Amino acid sequence: MGRGKAEAERIAADAAERLFAVGQSLRRAPVTPERRAVFELEQQVNDAPYRERWAHDKVVRSTHGVNCTGSCSWQVYVKDGLITWETQATDYPSAGADRPDYEPRGCPRGAAFSWYTYSPTRVKYPHARGVLLELFRDAKRRHGGDPVAAWAEVTGDPEQRRRYQSARGKGGLVRIGWEEALEIAAAAHVHTLKEYGPDRIAGFSPIPAMSMASHAVGARFHALIGAPMLSFYDWYADLPIASPQVFGDQTDVPESGDWWDAAYLMLWGSNVPVTRTPDAHWMAEARYRGQKVVVVSPDYADATKFADEWLHPHPGTDAALAMAMGHVILKECFVDRQVPYFTDYVKRFTDLPFLVALDERAADGCTPGAFVTAVDLGLAQDAAGEARRWMPVLFDRVTGGPAVPNGTLGDRWGKASEGRWNLDLGDLEPLLSLYGRPEAVTAPVLLPRFDGSAAALRRSVPALRVGGRLVTTVFDLLLAQYGVGREGLDGQWPASYEDATVPCTPAWQEEVTSVSATAAVRAAREFARTAERTRGRCMIVMGAGTNHWFHSDTIYRSFLSLLLLTGCQGVNGGGWAHYVGQEKVRPFAGWQQMATASDWVRPSRQMAGTPYWYLHTDQWRYEKHTADVLTSPTASGALAGLHTADLIAHSVRKGWMPSAPTFSANPLELGRRLHESGADPAAWLAAERDAGRLAYACENPDDPANWPRVLTVWRANLIGSSAKGNEFFLRHLLGASDNASAQEAPPASRPRDVTWREDGPRGKLDLLLALDFRMTSTTLFADLVLPAATWYEKHDLSSTDMHPYVHAFSPAIDPPWQARTDFEIFHGLATEVARLAKGRLDVAHDLVATPLQHDTPGEAPPDAATGPQFTVVERDYTAIGEKMAALGPLVDELGITVKGVTVHPRPEVARLAARCGTAAREPVRGRPLLDTDVKLCEAILALSGTTNGRLAAEGFERLAERCGADSGFTELGASVADRRVEFSDTQARPVQVGASFEWSGKESPDRRYAPFTINTEHAKPWHTLTGRQHFYLDHQWIAEYGEQLPVYRPPLGLDVLGETARGEDGGRSVTVRYLTPHSKWSIHSEYQENLLMQTLARGGPVIWISVADAESIGVADNDWIEAVNPNGVVVARAIVSHRMPPGTVFMYHVQERLVNVPKSETTGRRGGVHNALTRLLIKPTHLIGGHAQLSFAPNYYGPTGNQRDAVTVIRRRAQNVEY
Amino acid sequence: MSRGDAPLGRVMAQVAMVMNLDKCIGCHTCSVTCKQTWTNRQGTEYVWFNNVETRPGQGYPRGYQDQEKWKGGWHLKHGRLVPRAGGRARRLARLFANPELPSLDDYYQPWTYDYENLISAPLGDDVPTAAPRSLIDGRPTEVTWGPNWDDDLGGGPAHLADDPVLQQMNERVRLEYEQAFMFYLPRICEHCLNPSCVAVCPSGALYKRIEDGIVLVDQDRCRGWRMCVSGCPYKKIYFNHQSGKAEKCTLCYPRIEAGQPTVCSETCVGRLRYLGVILYDADRVGAAAATEDERGLYEAQLDCFLDPEDPAVRRAAEDAGIPHDWITAARRSPVHALISTYKVALPLHPEYRTMPMVWYIPPLSPVVESLTATGHDGEDPAKLFAAIDSLRIPVEYLAGLFTAGDPAPVEAALCRLAAMRAHMRRVNLGEPQDPAIARAVGLDAPGIEAMYRLLALAKYDERYVIPTGYAARTPEDDLTQGCSLGGHGGVGMFDADAFHAPLADAPGPRHAGTSLRGRVNLLNWNGRGRPEGLFPGGGGGSR
Repeated sequence: MGRGKAEAERIAADAAERLFAVGQSLRRAPVTPERRAVFELEQQVNDAPYRERWAHDKVVRSTHGVNCTGSCSWQVYVKDGLITWETQATDYPSAGADRPDYEPRGCPRGAAFSWYTYSPTRVKYPHARGVLLELFRDAKRRHGGDPVAAWAEVTGDPEQRRRYQSARGKGGLVRIGWEEALEIAAAAHVHTLKEYGPDRIAGFSPIPAMSMASHAVGARFHALIGAPMLSFYDWYADLPIASPQVFGDQTDVPESGDWWDAAYLMLWGSNVPVTRTPDAHWMAEARYRGQKVVVVSPDYADATKFADEWLHPHPGTDAALAMAMGHVILKECFVDRQVPYFTDYVKRFTDLPFLVALDERAADGCTPGAFVTAVDLGLAQDAAGEARRWMPVLFDRVTGGPAVPNGTLGDRWGKASEGRWNLDLGDLEPLLSLYGRPEAVTAPVLLPRFDGSAAALRRSVPALRVGGRLVTTVFDLLLAQYGVGREGLDGQWPASYEDATVPCTPAWQEEVTSVSATAAVRAAREFARTAERTRGRCMIVMGAGTNHWFHSDTIYRSFLSLLLLTGCQGVNGGGWAHYVGQEKVRPFAGWQQMATASDWVRPSRQMAGTPYWYLHTDQWRYEKHTADVLTSPTASGALAGLHTADLIAHSVRKGWMPSAPTFSANPLELGRRLHESGADPAAWLAAERDAGRLAYACENPDDPANWPRVLTVWRANLIGSSAKGNEFFLRHLLGASDNASAQEAPPASRPRDVTWREDGPRGKLDLLLALDFRMTSTTLFADLVLPAATWYEKHDLSSTDMHPYVHAFSPAIDPPWQARTDFEIFHGLATEVARLAKGRLDVAHDLVATPLQHDTPGEAPPDAATGPQFTVVERDYTAIGEKMAALGPLVDELGITVKGVTVHPRPEVARLAARCGTAAREPVRGRPLLDTDVKLCEAILALSGTTNGRLAAEGFERLAERCGADSGFTELGASVADRRVEFSDTQARPVQVGASFEWSGKESPDRRYAPFTINTEHAKPWHTLTGRQHFYLDHQWIAEYGEQLPVYRPPLGLDVLGETARGEDGGRSVTVRYLTPHSKWSIHSEYQENLLMQTLARGGPVIWISVADAESIGVADNDWIEAVNPNGVVVARAIVSHRMPPGTVFMYHVQERLVNVPKSETTGRRGGVHNALTRLLIKPTHLIGGHAQLSFAPNYYGPTGNQRDAVTVIRRRAQNVEY
Repeated sequence: MSRGDAPLGRVMAQVAMVMNLDKCIGCHTCSVTCKQTWTNRQGTEYVWFNNVETRPGQGYPRGYQDQEKWKGGWHLKHGRLVPRAGGRARRLARLFANPELPSLDDYYQPWTYDYENLISAPLGDDVPTAAPRSLIDGRPTEVTWGPNWDDDLGGGPAHLADDPVLQQMNERVRLEYEQAFMFYLPRICEHCLNPSCVAVCPSGALYKRIEDGIVLVDQDRCRGWRMCVSGCPYKKIYFNHQSGKAEKCTLCYPRIEAGQPTVCSETCVGRLRYLGVILYDADRVGAAAATEDERGLYEAQLDCFLDPEDPAVRRAAEDAGIPHDWITAARRSPVHALISTYKVALPLHPEYRTMPMVWYIPPLSPVVESLTATGHDGEDPAKLFAAIDSLRIPVEYLAGLFTAGDPAPVEAALCRLAAMRAHMRRVNLGEPQDPAIARAVGLDAPGIEAMYRLLALAKYDERYVIPTGYAARTPEDDLTQGCSLGGHGGVGMFDADAFHAPLADAPGPRHAGTSLRGRVNLLNWNGRGRPEGLFPGGGGGSR
């Protein structure tokens, strides 16, 4: 700018200012001295529009009901009869005067939920697949209006069947009326029950805690007709198998308010700000209390922002870091020096002092064998005979010999041991180590390593010969496993922390993980030092990043070991905090009664989800490895050559895992014959099997007689979300088109016992029925889509383990259009099934097979061949509508059993009768009514100890009988006995629940919930073999896999994944590890296609990729790319970021085909969902059962549907895309 | 106050906000609840009164911090404060062609999807999908930019390098995996003491409320000149393309007047927002904003704030007509405490000279790593303070945001946070306390624990201390008129203003094939009445 011009401008500006000043001086309004501001006191302004917009008619409390552990209470605003928006409730009872509160709870996903109410993706009317509807209507006409006969014809005729199945997922849904929709659904159910049996029907609905009534009403329908509910927690791979293995508990974790109590917090594979958004503030705030935060994550995750330290091991190698930390802690706190707090803790609360037999099988060393028990050594002669084989022994310093302590599994069941199931050691002084005992010898032990070196390690342990057996303690084995040597014990010990040649030194860890050895040592020392100073206030928040792997159980056990060694578990502010899809139905007992309909009929069918899908989607046909690929170098070879499908059949025959369908015949037919003959089911079935007339369905899963036929999905998006091996679901279960290119296993790799049919079936399922309020990948493929109410349109209950409250859903509006609540829909369906059952099914007898269940005497079977338990139950199919709507008599006659404790809610049944009214007609006359969702909620609250202190007190009384009068349970019960929570309380405000026998931790208004505090403070045993927390697992299959103790196992190799290493292709593609963590912009309170969330994200499916990987294939940010592997194809845009480590890509969870997915170049068909690149891989050790804590219970023990061990090829594709 | 002796000018009260970035989890709940409440209607599809940016990043609208380009805020010209957009003459000349106005592409082209295709697609040969469509004209579109494009360091180093704050730094920051750093910056209108948007409005439609300092657009006076959009350096004024008027964050005045926190605060799950009253000397603001050295602006603004514990200030405030409750609230104000007492909160871009009133506590974490990497113990406070300048987040970057590049106030704030952690760790572990820790940052143990209480416990009634609204002019004068709520524009009156309604003849978005018209979609819905198409008539029938 020239000087002249500047000068001219200055003059002009001066003139303008002077003019302005003159203008101002003419006004009467006050002005600041420099005339910067004028104070207008009279001027009218129009600010009404915003006032008007803020005005509303009412505000209603509700929340979001599936799959979200947030359980946040929300206020839903209604204006002119329309839902407008939502804000979080802030009226939670205080968490304590000296700590932060829970308000507000919520996340952007939840805040965007109201968008669905009137969105164009809302399902407004019942819809049916057009092709099917036409066929059905024609057939019905031909069959004189008989819908059941029509369904039989359409599904029985291969041509008609193929026509409608191949149309699945290709549009063509048509609107129908409710009456016809329910008739088709009921006809399918009735036909299937009659033709194939109830175990050919299944229900899928996850995470009941988040909307208990909506879940329970559908589960109750399935239970009443005898259909299995499929487990979800293990199927989602969210179940940490290490929890049943170590604690004998499904999952029990601290509420987030207890993070505040931790002095040291590790976030290990858990991206708390994204996945536990409403709880993240506890972490942010606890830092101000001096808490140290260490984040372990391969990417620079959101949580890293809060870290004092960021450790970034290669994905899936976390256990190596934890093993090295354990190495340091064992060496520095147990060998070089003893920390009294730690030593005392592990002696009382872990299995470390227990004796394990050393099998002297191999010439060069022993292998760790089974726990030595009372029966082995002739101890505990006064105990019941069979119980003695479940009494492991330890070595008592006082008597100098083996002894049976109180509280082992042998004390848990039966009259003889009443009062003895406790952790009181009495005069016993357990010996942790045999090292230095004068009578000890050294025994060489072979320990497997999986870090690339094939040979086992040979390390000596001190041992004794007892009763002819060579035995040592778990602790001595643990030191050997962790490579902590002691003088005089020979073997392959590391020379120092810097020795990288053998596991588990810090230097070895560095080579595996890339985390520096000094960082690992420092973390271990800080962890142990803090635990010592605070008596166990170190916590590890562990998440999907470490839990969704094939070997997640060994990863988690390596973490839990750190906590157990330092006495952190069962302590407020300490222990594990597993937050992955975990659910906690706080009013558990009542929900369980409703959901299993065990007030009317027992037992219900419960099926493990993962083997169900593995078999019925035929993913087993693509598995080319046998068990030996993954067994230990120390294995006996018992499983060699067996295919995973063989192991499933083995597990079912043994009664370890359930099977649905169970037999090759209709269980109603089997039940009829048993009922008529009066024969003993087990003997009769064995004879039928021996005669070759009957087989387990899982022994020939592709036989049409053994297919699942009807599947109902509600509160869930199976196909778009959890279906690992998605394309195989489409191909085999549904008969739709797919993008998979995988080859089936060659003959040499096929199952040995399970029948291989040459042609893999396509289209097993007759009916996929979906209830939803929005279009999902599941509704796109469903045959019938029923319009469901949203979470803002019904009554229900919500709870979580993240906070201690239970609170209500309330309808802000009634369901609009033709939507109905799940409650209404299932009652309608039940009534229609009952109508069609008249003359077709009437009263039937059903043979139900139940596996040996955890927390029942079945978990401690006698020393003989095991098998399922069989029951013949009567089902009146014409009455299921009425039974749905009334509380059955078994609840007071037989009581409610939760985790082995039985209570009898007789006063509660009377109270419910008064509150809800009673039924007028037989066969339910006089029973309390459950004919509205509110009444169902009342029943759940009344029949649970957490929300009904009288029941809690009764349960604690029962525990006092089992554990002994000194346990303090009577007093604990008395402290909560007056608590009552009614549904209206939960509508008014979130209500804190109370301590109950249903859970392992104590809680009260002035105490945050931490798991296992009842165990540590009341000397109550864990529900395990030793009654203590387990480092050691002694099942034979576990030994085959070399996992008796925590061990590092790397992510699966390409041989197991069915991949071949790819050569160079000129830099056009890159092979990367493919991870699917949880997204910031979808799930759990809403979904990926939500417009608000897509606007804040990138507007469609994306894959995050490192700068280096993107550069190597010429990809820029937002370029379209394709990810391809044998399982399927994904089309997405790339997000390039230096947050990502090279070699790994993220495709966040549940990116569906719903929005913005073009056709792929690879197949010409629509790109797949995030699970298009995964395939199910079952870990055989998850199939174990009938062995103490390693026993089945739904969502407790079962194979996980893990999906992290996946790799894919990524390349840039043409940038012009077609939809 | 360092100028405690200076004569008091006109005492005014403002409801101000502090956000503690050290607690922000970047969840965007504030953005969503704000959008749902205020801007999910036609004309404001692209508008986020509240947005959250990942730093480093370009922000929303892209590169808005580059005032060389956008000419927002003020600058000093010949010692006088002039809007950067130019003096009155220049602004007038550009009334009809304003090159400093961000285009929709700078914000983003809002989009939606063919959702209906999911349920209405006829039987075809592939899985139906909902392809993207422009939310403005309904045409097929590609998603190439959004309001949060940089989220969590998305975009890659080449993209992030366009962050104007990074570009101003002397030292080059390596945007590499091992050196990665990020934090989140939630932003609303700054409700400035010296608002350039108000200054540049040719219609006098923008005003700052006398009673609480909230800056608003008078919807009747606004003529849609959009000079305010250019004038605001934070780009927090938006143009509603349906109504043709400017809109902005209102600090949720209908809630503030009722003593309730703003929606973004109420719904902040990170619990990082604080709202409270600040008393300031209005007569000092002009001189403070004209402070010669940019790095002096932070201190200059601090000097405008008055100490409510000073009896003279309280007296002057009462004389100025500020109600007793407001003065009490000012004494309990968490915002005053964090800004003036503990001096941990800092203004965003003071160099824009607008005297912003939404302040930020800079992020401390991640912190100790640089220490522990060298084998030192991060718990040692002395080492900790020494390490502040080797934070993973470069102090220079924070200074570029909060102190016009002066690292000293940022370091001081971070040291206070670090000292609080060190002090409280000893309390937590039951170890002997070291008074030197608090002393080193100019506090004592009770002081540091009071700050801890505010930052960590952060109880609802201490985060938000909001007196209920009062008219700047006392209502006695108007009592003769009957209902005090019933005056023109009063809250009790129904005003059938057409603000929310789309223009009567607004063309509905169209594209080849199906029309989006009539679709019920909260983002399109004006929030009033029953949207057409919600309950289709009997003609709906089977499809």
